[in-house]
Amino acid sequence: MQSNLGRVRGMGSAKEGVSHWWMQRLTAIALVPLLLWFVISIIAHAGAGHAAVVAWMGQPVPAILAVLLVAAGYYHAQLGMQVVIEDYVHNEGVKFAILIGLKLLTVLLGVASVFAILKLAFGA
Amino acid sequence: MQTGGKAARPLSPHLQIYRPQITSILSILHRITGIALSVGTLMLTWWLLAAAAGPDYFATAHGFITSWFGWLLLFGWSVALFYHLANGIRHLAWDAGWGFEIPQVYTTGYAVLAATAILTAIAWIAGLTMGG
Repeated sequence: MQSNLGRVRGMGSAKEGVSHWWMQRLTAIALVPLLLWFVISIIAHAGAGHAAVVAWMGQPVPAILAVLLVAAGYYHAQLGMQVVIEDYVHNEGVKFAILIGLKLLTVLLGVASVFAILKLAFGA
Repeated sequence: MQTGGKAARPLSPHLQIYRPQITSILSILHRITGIALSVGTLMLTWWLLAAAAGPDYFATAHGFITSWFGWLLLFGWSVALFYHLANGIRHLAWDAGWGFEIPQVYTTGYAVLAATAILTAIAWIAGLTMGG
């Protein structure tokens, strides 16, 4: 039984609608060019020392793209790992605890990565 | 017909009696490489933090990454990345409603495997010839 309004809004029982599915795809689309840029950049800097990495991240465009890469990357990883956990962990309490840990950990790692990039970008 | 309690109905799928198919193998590989990349991204964050910490700690991180175990992780990460990237594009095509016919599923599946091998080879050849 679902009200007409509920059916039209299509938000489902979790009240989130298709946002998980959609953000998984949106971050995937963003990651395609970002990862190609990143892989090419890493290859170009292969074997380079600390000074070269600092000089690279000191430029605006690489720093901005690197921030976008880790943000989209950790968001995408969190959404994907969430589905894996929901598929295989059937104990509600354990699942809930792992999902909270996952979300907090991915935010921590994402923020740490952005901090490192910004520190390099604005000069240590 | 059993009344009350759980009927002992057969469970599906019995993975151990199925002949492996390219469709199912590629499907589970997408998930496995996704998990591997999630864990592997820790190394990227560590590398960024090491660079931000300064030349001394960066040298430590660089030493690990260029050890035989570091190279092994990096190679595995690159294979997983290119596979997940190529198969992810295949998934996006499916999301757009394209490629659902069985011959297309097989063709794109083999294309993903070929793309993974080619991109990994190009990346490593380029990286090893350009890098010092």
